[in-house]
Amino acid sequence: MRFQPTADQQLFARTVRELLEKECPPEAARAGFSAERWAKLREMGVIDMLASGMTEIDLVPILEEAGRAALPEPLIEAAMIAGGTLDGVVTAAVGTRYAAHADVADVIVIERDGALYSVRRDAVTLQPVETIDAARPVFLITGGLESGTALEADRDLADNRATLGAAAELLGLASRCIEMAADYAKERHQFGKPIGSFQAVKHKLADALLRVEFARPVVYRAAWSLSRRDETIERDVSMAKAMAGEAAAGAAKAALQTLGAIGYTQEHDLHVWMKRVWALNAAWGNPDEHRARVASAVLH
Amino acid sequence: MDLAFTAREQAFRDECASWFGQNPPGPLASMDTPDGFEQHRSWEKRLHDAEWSAVNWPRAFGGREATLIEWLIFEEEYYRAGAPRRLNQNGLFLLAPTLLEFGTEEQKQRYLPPIASCDEIWCQGWSEPNAGSDLASLTSRATRDGNEWVLNGQKTWASRGVYADWMFGLFRSDASSERHRGLSYILVPLDAPGVTVRPIAQIDGEPGFAEVFLDDVRVPVANTLGPEGDGWKIAMSTAGFERGVVLRSPGRFMATADRLLELFKERGSPVALQDDVARAWMNADAYRLATFWAVSKLMEGGTIGAEASLNKLWWSEMDLHMHETAQRLLGEDAPLDGPWLDGFVFSLAGPIYAGTNEIQRNIVAERVLGLPRS
Repeated sequence: MRFQPTADQQLFARTVRELLEKECPPEAARAGFSAERWAKLREMGVIDMLASGMTEIDLVPILEEAGRAALPEPLIEAAMIAGGTLDGVVTAAVGTRYAAHADVADVIVIERDGALYSVRRDAVTLQPVETIDAARPVFLITGGLESGTALEADRDLADNRATLGAAAELLGLASRCIEMAADYAKERHQFGKPIGSFQAVKHKLADALLRVEFARPVVYRAAWSLSRRDETIERDVSMAKAMAGEAAAGAAKAALQTLGAIGYTQEHDLHVWMKRVWALNAAWGNPDEHRARVASAVLH
Repeated sequence: MDLAFTAREQAFRDECASWFGQNPPGPLASMDTPDGFEQHRSWEKRLHDAEWSAVNWPRAFGGREATLIEWLIFEEEYYRAGAPRRLNQNGLFLLAPTLLEFGTEEQKQRYLPPIASCDEIWCQGWSEPNAGSDLASLTSRATRDGNEWVLNGQKTWASRGVYADWMFGLFRSDASSERHRGLSYILVPLDAPGVTVRPIAQIDGEPGFAEVFLDDVRVPVANTLGPEGDGWKIAMSTAGFERGVVLRSPGRFMATADRLLELFKERGSPVALQDDVARAWMNADAYRLATFWAVSKLMEGGTIGAEASLNKLWWSEMDLHMHETAQRLLGEDAPLDGPWLDGFVFSLAGPIYAGTNEIQRNIVAERVLGLPRS
């Protein structure tokens, strides 16, 4: 038993963090998809990790970094659902009705009769759907669903991988929300003191951090179960998504309350992270749906 | 990363499970009653005779030199077998790690073996009537007289103080000092002249809880743990152990969560409570995973600092929620005597002892998030 990311995994995550600090600062996260950044992620080997023999565990710290940066690219879809096997810009509508970033994709992975197919974007009809997360536009696929090339991939495995990927991104999003709030609480003065010196603020942020820190090992355990194709994959992935999702929603809410009115604007960056939390929390099953899956696994 | 247990770890688990299978603990009366105390002490003797009492200690003091992972495995098997909370937990989990880190060789040899064998029961002498969450305001004092300390003051909320043989306490040894400075960590035999132990009936009516009065109590200066005046630092190390991994290992909570699943089914699987039962199980499993995570970090040479406060928040609130859920499942049977009621009442103390949860949240906010002190 050795339940810590390896030195290599931590090092790679740091490298990805450095890349994203440079290539995906908050103004870029607001601006949305960038083909240049996608090419850099490809070059770094982030997208095809599963295809090059790495495991879901290796991807957790990377996706956490993507969440920290509120990365506006379909990394979960390309790396987890397509498993890094497809070239170009890849997205998917697997385990979810909505295909994120489908307008800029070359290839979209779809599901039909329990199997996965890759289709060219120009072979399907896309219908944009208004969503609050402007940096992650989503689309319904309304035509061309009968086309495509069959993929050698298990549909449920892809769905579980995507769910895990969202859980890992949610951890990173949550951590960044808490950092933004803590930074603000140190600087913002009221009643002649930093507001972070007040216990009402301290305790709210401590509680937010508590939920994130206890969700992290749960996410890694789900990655472990996936990497071993354990019988407990469904239960463990659901537990990860439920706990990471609730932790992230709580962190975003605590951060908003700490920032007060400025957090409720588009002038501050928090809203970008908060909206991504809402989007990923709802995608691939929300915490209630996943907790119900855990309940049926442990109660029957 | 490898969540599978090694062959050695699995063999250790099998050995534990096999011993507990052959030596079932059976139901015991509350350790805070006179009869229950003796029953628990004889259970502890059986554990000690089979070398299960302090598995992670050095062999020289009665341990097996088990790794922390093996210790967690032991705890899982211990509580899975339905065995009781540890009678000498203050000695085993709070004093012993501090002795191992800060004690002299003589102190270790003198104090550790009787902790393992339960021949000497320890209580904690930290809180005072006017020093609870603000522990550094404590006023009990130690005045030097030759090779002896002369102790005066009052300590309170000492769990099992009525039955304890010894108390480890914090005393102001520098009369001119303030707050965290000038405190010493002193080991006090409770049969020394000048010690008066007064039982305090706890909420459940059991008399194990106590306050301890000290009137010109003389103890050798050799009973000081660590350097004179460094008591705060040493005590906080104990507090770290307490809040961190050792006092509340996940085994007990997993056993409670599993019993809660059974109770849910016995009570006809009420839909209204399914979500809380699922949450309870998830919280306990998350605590187990977080503990393996933290212990793996420790075994690789990492440290646990203010994260210990996160642990304390998690286990205490999880334990209370599990027992509140059980109370709700029990319906009108909730207030009837039985293990679920005992567990519920005990779980209510969790957010209070070992540093209130409000203090823990301050520590997390200030030391982990870097927020300014009030």
